[in-house]
Amino acid sequence: MQDLIWLLPTFPLLGFLSLVLTGGSLPKKIVAIIGAGSIGLSFLTAALIAVQFLGSGEDYFVKEVWVWMAVGEFTPGFTFYLDGLSLVMMLIITGVGFLIHLYSTGFMVDDPSYSRFFAYMNLFVAAMLMLVLGDNLVLLYLGWEGVGLCSYLLIGFWYENPENGYAARKAFVVTRVGDTAMAIGLFLLFTQLGTLNIQEMLHAAEQQWAVGSGLAIAAALLLLGGAVGKSAQLPLQTWLPDAMAGPTPISALIHAATMVTAGVYLIARTHVLFELAPTVQMLVAFVGLATLLMAGFTAMTQRDIKRILAYSTISQIGYMFLALGAGAWSAAVFHLMTHAFFKALLFLAAGTVILSLHHEHDIFKMGGKREQLPVAFWSFIIGSAALAALPFTSGFYSKDEILLAALEVQGPGLLLWIGGVIGAFFTGIYSFRLVFVVFFGDSNGHHEAKEDAVLSMAVPLCVLMVLALFGGWIQVPLDAVFSHGAGHEEERVSLLVHAIMIAAPILGIGVSYLFFMSKVFDVDKLMANPLASSLHRFWFSGWGMDALYQRLFVNPFLYLARINRNDLVDKFYAVIVSITRTAHLMIARSQTGYLGWYALSMALGLVLVLALGVML
Amino acid sequence: MQSIPIEHGLILAGILFALGLVGVLTRRNIVFVLMSLEVMLNASGLAFVVASTRWGHADGQVMFLMILTLAAAEVAVGLGLIIQMYRKFQTVDIDVLSKMKG
Repeated sequence: MQDLIWLLPTFPLLGFLSLVLTGGSLPKKIVAIIGAGSIGLSFLTAALIAVQFLGSGEDYFVKEVWVWMAVGEFTPGFTFYLDGLSLVMMLIITGVGFLIHLYSTGFMVDDPSYSRFFAYMNLFVAAMLMLVLGDNLVLLYLGWEGVGLCSYLLIGFWYENPENGYAARKAFVVTRVGDTAMAIGLFLLFTQLGTLNIQEMLHAAEQQWAVGSGLAIAAALLLLGGAVGKSAQLPLQTWLPDAMAGPTPISALIHAATMVTAGVYLIARTHVLFELAPTVQMLVAFVGLATLLMAGFTAMTQRDIKRILAYSTISQIGYMFLALGAGAWSAAVFHLMTHAFFKALLFLAAGTVILSLHHEHDIFKMGGKREQLPVAFWSFIIGSAALAALPFTSGFYSKDEILLAALEVQGPGLLLWIGGVIGAFFTGIYSFRLVFVVFFGDSNGHHEAKEDAVLSMAVPLCVLMVLALFGGWIQVPLDAVFSHGAGHEEERVSLLVHAIMIAAPILGIGVSYLFFMSKVFDVDKLMANPLASSLHRFWFSGWGMDALYQRLFVNPFLYLARINRNDLVDKFYAVIVSITRTAHLMIARSQTGYLGWYALSMALGLVLVLALGVML
Repeated sequence: MQSIPIEHGLILAGILFALGLVGVLTRRNIVFVLMSLEVMLNASGLAFVVASTRWGHADGQVMFLMILTLAAAEVAVGLGLIIQMYRKFQTVDIDVLSKMKG
C-alpha cells in the first residue's frame, strides 16, 4: 500500500487534466464528480497509507518513482518521502481539501466557470501534495511554485473585475520576493553541501557547519525569506488580505488551511538548519510575535468578513512561527493542523453567509442572522471558540503548547509569552466581534437571507465542526521527526500561568460582548476621540504597510519605468538597426534593373576573384 | 602532322570569349545578347577541344558535345522567353525592362 504513495498527487493531476482538456464542455454533475472525487480518492489512499505506516512502526518511508533529471552529481527524482510530518500534512491537505471540494460543488454551482474552478483546485492539491511529499528540495520547490501559480489563478478567478486581477498579481509578485530568496538559499545549500536531498542535506549540514556559523545563518535566513513570503508574515504579509478577492472556498483551502502554512512546513522540515543558526531561530520567533500582534490589531478594525478572517489567519500563522522560533516544532505543526480545521470551518461558514446574503461582505450590513442561518451560526460559534482557544476546543490545546514552549525559551521567553497572551486576548475580541455583529443584534441589513447551506455544503461544515471541537485530541506522530530537538520535558508550570492563558481570550470575548452585544460601551463615542479614530484608521489600513510599500517600492519603480520609457538598453540595438538599414539602402542602389550592369559586375567579380587566386 | 600549338588555340578561345562578353555587355537588343552568349559558350568549347588534343584525352571532346547540347537547350528556352517578352512589351530592348530594381 505504501508503494502507492505516488497515486496521491496523481489523482488530482488526472482530475485537473481531464477537466482542462474537456474545456468546460462537461455537465456540472460530472465536473463535480471528477473534481471532488479525485480528491476523495486521494484522501482514501492517504488514509490507507497512514494506517499502514503507523502500523509498521517505521520512522520513515521512501519511494522513488523516477529520476527527474540527471546532470552529473545532481539527480533530483520524483521521490516521495513519508514520515510523521509529511503524513500529517498529507492528511490535512487531502482531508480538509476533500471537504472543501465537496463544499465547493454546492457553493460554486451558479458559476459559469464551474469546470475551470475545479481544474485549478485539483492542480493546487496535486502541487501541494508534491510540496509536502517531495524528498528533495527541488521537488519541494516545484510544488512550492505550483501552489503559488494556483493561488494566483484562483485569486484572479473572477477576472472580469480588474481589481481581482490586481490582487492576484500582488499576491504573485509579493510571494515571488520570498521565493527568490528561497531559490538563492537552495543554490547556496547545493553548492555548499552538494546535495538537495533534504535528509542528506540536513545530515551534511550538521556534520560540516558549526552552530552559529555564517553559512548556516545565511541558509536559514534565505529559507526564512521564502517561508515569510508564502506564509504571509511580516514584512511580506500584505498580499493575503487582498487575496480574499477569490471565491470563498479558495480562501478556505489555499489562504487558510494549506498553502499559507507551507512556510511553517518548510521551516519544520529543515529545522536542523535553524537549530544551527540560533539567531535566525530567534528571529523566527520575533517575526511570528510581531505578525500575530500586528494582525490582531488589524483584525479588530476590519469590516469585511473575509478580511477579518484573513488577518486572523496571518495572526495564527504568527503563532506557528512563534512556536517554530521557540523550538517547539511539533507544537507548530499541531497548531497548523487544528488551525486548518477551524479556519476552514470559519471560511466555509463565512462563504455560506456571503452566498445567502447575495455576496454581501460588510459585517455591519448583516446582523441578526442567527435564526435564518443556523448551520453557519453554529459553525461560527464553534470555529470562533476554537480560534479564540476556549478550553476544550482544538485550538486551546495547540495554542497552550505554543505559549508554554514560548515561556521556556531562554532569554526573551517571558516577552514572547506575554506577547502571545496579548495576542490571544485580541483573538477573543475580534473573533467574537464577528459573531456578535453578524449573528446577533438587529437585522440592520436590507438583505433578506436566502436559504441556509444546501446539503453538500452543510455536510463538510458539520464534519469540520466535529474536527474543530475534538481535533485537539489527535496525537500527531511527530516524535521521530523532531528527535533532534531539545527534549521537551514536562515542566510544572505554575497554575497562575495556566489561569492567565485561559483567562486572556475569555477576557477578550467579554470586552467584545460589552462593545458589540450589550453596547455598554459605544464604539461611535470611542471613535469621536481623535486619538482613537486615528489609531483605528492606522489599524484598519493594516498598519499602513500597503501605503508604505506603495511609497517605497511601487512609486519608485513606476518613476523609473516612466523615465526609462524608451529603454536605454534598446538604444544600443537601435544603432545596430540603423547601420544595417543604411548599408542595405546603399547596396540596394546597385540593383539597377539593367541586365548589362549585372553581367558586367559578374564578369568583374570573376576577374577579381581569379586575380586574387593567382596573386595569392 | 604539324600540330597547332596550344597557345594559339587558347588565345583564339580567349579572343572569342572577350568578343562575346563585350557583345553581352554592350548590345541592347536581346537577340544579339543571346547570340553573343552563344559565342562565349563556343569559346569555352574551343578551349576544351584544344586542351583535350594537347593531352591526347577524349574528355574534352565529350565536354564539347555536352556544351553543344546545353547551348541548344538554352537557345530554345531563351528564344521562347524572347517571344513572350516581345508579345508582352512590344520590344526587344533589354534596358526598357528595368523595373525590377532595389
